[in-house]
Amino acid sequence: MTSTESLIDRRQLSYIAAQAADARLNVELETEGMTLNIGPQHPATHGTLRIIARLDGEQVVWAEPSCGYMHRGYEKLTEVRTYPQVTALVNRIDWLGSFANEVPFILAAEKLMEIEAPPRAQWIRTILFELSRIANVSLFLGDLGVQMGAITPVFMAFRDREYVLNLIEGATGGRFHPNFDRIGGLKDDLPAGFIDETRVVMKKLRNFCDEMENLLFGNEIFQSRTRGIGVIPKDVAMQYGLSGANLRASGVDWDLRRDQTLPMAWNKVDWKVWTHPDGDSFARCWVRLQEVRESTRIVDQLLDNIPSGPVMAKVPRIIKVPEGEAWVSTENPLGEMGYYVVSKGDLGPFRTKIRSASFNNISIVPWVLKGVYVPDIITILASLYFILGDIDR
Amino acid sequence: MNAALLAADLPYWAQALLRVLGGVVAVLLPAGTIVYVFLFKMMSFMQSRLGPMEAGPYGSMQLFAEVGKWLQKEDITPERADRFIFKIAPLVVLVSTFLLVAVVPFGPDAWFTNFEAGVFYMLAVSSVSVLGILIAGWASANKYSLLGGLRAAGQLIAYELPMVLAVIGVIIQAGTMNLQDIVFAQNAGSMFGWDGLGNPYILTQFVGFIIFMIAVQAELTQTPFDMPIAESELVSGYMTEYSGFRFLTFFIAEFATAGVFSLIASVLFLGGWGIPFAWFGWDTMDSVDNWMNVVGPLIMFTKMMLLSFIIMWVRFSYPRFREDQLQRFAWKVLVPVSLVNIMITAILKVAF
Repeated sequence: MTSTESLIDRRQLSYIAAQAADARLNVELETEGMTLNIGPQHPATHGTLRIIARLDGEQVVWAEPSCGYMHRGYEKLTEVRTYPQVTALVNRIDWLGSFANEVPFILAAEKLMEIEAPPRAQWIRTILFELSRIANVSLFLGDLGVQMGAITPVFMAFRDREYVLNLIEGATGGRFHPNFDRIGGLKDDLPAGFIDETRVVMKKLRNFCDEMENLLFGNEIFQSRTRGIGVIPKDVAMQYGLSGANLRASGVDWDLRRDQTLPMAWNKVDWKVWTHPDGDSFARCWVRLQEVRESTRIVDQLLDNIPSGPVMAKVPRIIKVPEGEAWVSTENPLGEMGYYVVSKGDLGPFRTKIRSASFNNISIVPWVLKGVYVPDIITILASLYFILGDIDR
Repeated sequence: MNAALLAADLPYWAQALLRVLGGVVAVLLPAGTIVYVFLFKMMSFMQSRLGPMEAGPYGSMQLFAEVGKWLQKEDITPERADRFIFKIAPLVVLVSTFLLVAVVPFGPDAWFTNFEAGVFYMLAVSSVSVLGILIAGWASANKYSLLGGLRAAGQLIAYELPMVLAVIGVIIQAGTMNLQDIVFAQNAGSMFGWDGLGNPYILTQFVGFIIFMIAVQAELTQTPFDMPIAESELVSGYMTEYSGFRFLTFFIAEFATAGVFSLIASVLFLGGWGIPFAWFGWDTMDSVDNWMNVVGPLIMFTKMMLLSFIIMWVRFSYPRFREDQLQRFAWKVLVPVSLVNIMITAILKVAF
């Protein structure tokens, strides 16, 4: 049987099961289905995601995510902003790794204007991009513990994430929302002492990763809660448009940092794309842990050979982007994030389509939640790792 | 042994009052200490933070601040709740704690009741709290609470059995179900003819001790067995709809039960209130000096803190099981191991 057939088969089976629960055909136990609303206000949904789950006992028969409770209309708002103003909006999409949200938009605008940032700006962009990835994913690692009942890891995550946030704040002036990227370069150069401080922090972060591996990933209860749970096969993951660590955990070797040429510094250093063949919750968490390690290595190497020079290309004082359309996507902490910018030659974009990773990543929720138990809903959602701002935009 | 030595000249009502006061102290003092020392301070230090620091020196008055806060909160009853059942449920849980402490001996004469089937009684009343949790979950008219209550019922019944079976090893070895006699048997006993340490059953019944502590962890619904309250999935489960004083009652009951179970575990496995009797040349219960009635409770308290430290340590560092994994663990691991333990204990008892 091919995988597509098995997919259809599984859908049909779950549909029949849902019907059975509806019609109380479960004669064996005479149980009645129960609809459980997980969210919009629920500690496991990172915000206001609502999951409607039809349960048979504690087993999920049918589940559907309902999003839009936090819709802020950023796509529309960009149409009434000028290009430099847009970065202040879009870094609120994925609020944990906000600098990474600015980069693809700026790159798209630069692509339309046919300018390229000077090498030093590219290097610093990449460093800040990876720092925001670390800040984002290290919180995921701590949060993972909370979702499974271990309350200690999250405090360690917050403790060590603070160092990274301090670095970002030192460089950009904003802890959460840097708003630092400009068309043609960056607002400023790195502050004095940034490089030495970053090296120290990267060492701390690697220790944090080891700590997490010992505390959480090596724990037998953690493994029994995640191994073999929420398995997403390779082809299903690709059909549902998963990206980022969720896709790599299913065994697809796909990383936009490596696979496309952008005016960024990733291809200048030596690093590895981690994949995992299992596709279960554990694989997704493990791949993210390795990515934090890999990011610290990238930052260290970038600091070693950071070029000198200006951080801003020559751009006109009033930025008017020539008519055209551009699509740029990057490998953000949550997955592929891209902007399709349509310009009519005005001060601001005519239309922007934001492709955010979490929205596509949670589209698999109805498929992957079928037949699991209620506690596994939480671990699977935690391992899929979405951020509500990134879903609803 | 004189049954009422401490209260010899008091009338009946005064003795009863004394016992009630003693019971309240024996339940609330461990609960308060555990909450402050472990829940507030130890947890904070484990998580690289300071914990409460403002109320009193090192936040030592934080408990009173918390109680005051909870007492001020509105006592909300959900509209569709079964009002009477909803309101008595926390009390049922707390009553089980008080019933438990009634059989714990604190000294040669410092006890509330002392009857032959003490262990049997203790195991029986510890399941009363299941009833309270189940009716709390059901009466809340909340789906999360219902799931939590049902999980609690399944879990507590499953872990009752390993607990009983773990205690049977002790009963076989001591030859009695009277908790006071179990304490005596441990402290007056000897290991291979050497009585310098008595014979605490943690050494001979180590497997039983481990099983008992695991079962206690599950009975208390502490991590890794906390799916009935699972904050991140069921939003505190059966406690979701409770607020104010009733929530406080659940909270007190949880930690008081942790304290009382630690007391019971110290009686069964660590020698209870006693110190090895050979040190002072005591050979019968009556020959134990009277000052043990004062020192005994302090020794008990120390052992209680040690055991509840272990309970809390595990609680703060482990993730939680899923309930089917938990049931599998109870029935496929704990029950067979404790049965083997009983068998070996019985054979050795007959052999020696």
